[in-house]
Amino acid sequence: MKRTVFRNRWLPYALVAPQVAITVVFFFWPALDSVRLSLYRASPFGDRLIYVGLANFERLLADEAYRRSAVTSFVFSFFVTVVGLALALLLASLANARIRGLGVYRSLLLWPYGIAPAIAGIIWLFIFHPSYGVLPYLLSFVTAYQFNWFLKGWVAMTLIVVAAVWKQFGYNLAFYLAGLQAIESSVIEAASVDGAGPIRRFFAIVFPLLSPVTFFLFTLNMTFAFFDTFGLVHSVTQGGPGDATSIMVYRAWKDGFEGLQLGYSAAQSVILMLVVMLLTAMQFRYAEKKVTY
Amino acid sequence: MARALETVATLGVTTTGRARRRDWNGVIAHGILVAAVAVLAFPLYYAFVISTQSVGEVSSLPPKLYPSTSLLDNYAQAWERARMGRMLVNSAVMAVAIAVGKIAISLLSAFAIVYFNFRGKQLVFWMIFVTLMLPVPVRIVSTYNVITIMGWVDTYWGLTIPLMASATGTFLFRQFYQTIPDSLAEAAQLDGAGPLRFLWSILLPLSKANVAALFVILFVYGWNEYLWPLMVTNTPDMRTAVIGIEALVPRSGSQLPEWNIIMAAAIIVLLPPVAVIIVMQRWFVKGLIETEK
Repeated sequence: MKRTVFRNRWLPYALVAPQVAITVVFFFWPALDSVRLSLYRASPFGDRLIYVGLANFERLLADEAYRRSAVTSFVFSFFVTVVGLALALLLASLANARIRGLGVYRSLLLWPYGIAPAIAGIIWLFIFHPSYGVLPYLLSFVTAYQFNWFLKGWVAMTLIVVAAVWKQFGYNLAFYLAGLQAIESSVIEAASVDGAGPIRRFFAIVFPLLSPVTFFLFTLNMTFAFFDTFGLVHSVTQGGPGDATSIMVYRAWKDGFEGLQLGYSAAQSVILMLVVMLLTAMQFRYAEKKVTY
Repeated sequence: MARALETVATLGVTTTGRARRRDWNGVIAHGILVAAVAVLAFPLYYAFVISTQSVGEVSSLPPKLYPSTSLLDNYAQAWERARMGRMLVNSAVMAVAIAVGKIAISLLSAFAIVYFNFRGKQLVFWMIFVTLMLPVPVRIVSTYNVITIMGWVDTYWGLTIPLMASATGTFLFRQFYQTIPDSLAEAAQLDGAGPLRFLWSILLPLSKANVAALFVILFVYGWNEYLWPLMVTNTPDMRTAVIGIEALVPRSGSQLPEWNIIMAAAIIVLLPPVAVIIVMQRWFVKGLIETEK
């Protein structure tokens, strides 16, 4: 801890004032207001609010569609995070030799991070396009099955998962490659001298040694999948077909802005707040445990 | 976790330059990485190719995978139809204002927290921390209400100021200031420099690398933000480029499938953040790691 060296009665307050002002006005006020609104419902003419207690939450829990959207959110996040990371780790391990020119690969891998999820989605939308896209065209040689995401929920889900994974993939791979390069080759050599095969070596040595990188990437991808993919859903599938890709954030927005069910949407916001708290708590617990060797 | 990540921070540049025997492992590794880079680049290449074709070529089967001659036409059309000039200005204002604003605000509050003792410091610190748990999606309707009350709908104020509070930025600078020896501030005091002078002439130049790293991350974040501009802007004049593209996507069969125009627009919009990442790559990697610690 640093010894405090400057003395001034009002200056520190002036310095933190902008941050505190924005925090109070645009974070705390709306957050508390969400909690308050979640206990109300707009009157039929939308001119006043009626106190309904926990009715919004009861309605949410009983709402089949809301439960589906929670499942959709978790399925989506699971695939984006776990499949995305597993693929990156697999590829990185396969490519794990002392490689020259890694800096060049890094440049060639990191750029998709800069593409907005919505834009990534629109590009993949066209690749998946049932009439013109290259992917359904190629698949049509293999099977007569119609990979039409306008009609089939799982194809639409695959579409947004692929777009999200694509955006994050190079970045995940670059981090794994670097993590692998940082592992002393003598450790792995020692293991292979002791007769451990490549798969054994991977699970006994490489994977544990990479756990900090994995954890870092896991929280990052999870937060991304849950909270930064609204644009992807809004610009590509708009939650459809049916509500096959209607993730929780998209639903909260839709019920609030298109359905004008303010209380109902606010109640969803409150539930999302709990999800973030859970994710943050998880992050800190693991960070404390120091997921290292 | 931080220490483990620092080893990763170099993302592999640690590989010694000493020439190595080109064994099979190396060849396989390069093969895998080249394949990964190619797969990653394909969607972007495809988008570009489409953006050079005429409507007829785009909707013909089999899909054409090489550039054609309509490039200038399509980009001019995309520019005009999406009112790209105006939207790009809005995006640039938003990205730069958010990046600069966040950096300035968090620099100041971190300075106050590290170099001063004041009543309520713990409270301020705690408040900044809690903003981590309140991303936009968890307070959708209420935040919009606040913006309406302030009369900031469809203004640059509304687009930028509410996103300027930054816990990650504050923590980043706080951590950095704590590594700066106390003797520096003491020396400055002996020379008769006040706190602001010290901040401006000594701390700020030392923070350059952190400022650059944060700038890249925040610029990309601001440019790609989707939910926020969608909420606080209604007129086409205030829309940002990323959400403007969605309006071009045909939602019904009756619209012309002008995917060439859409892809041209997509390429225009994704170029600035991708360019920033490529040009400022070193800072980008630093920023990625520093902000997640």
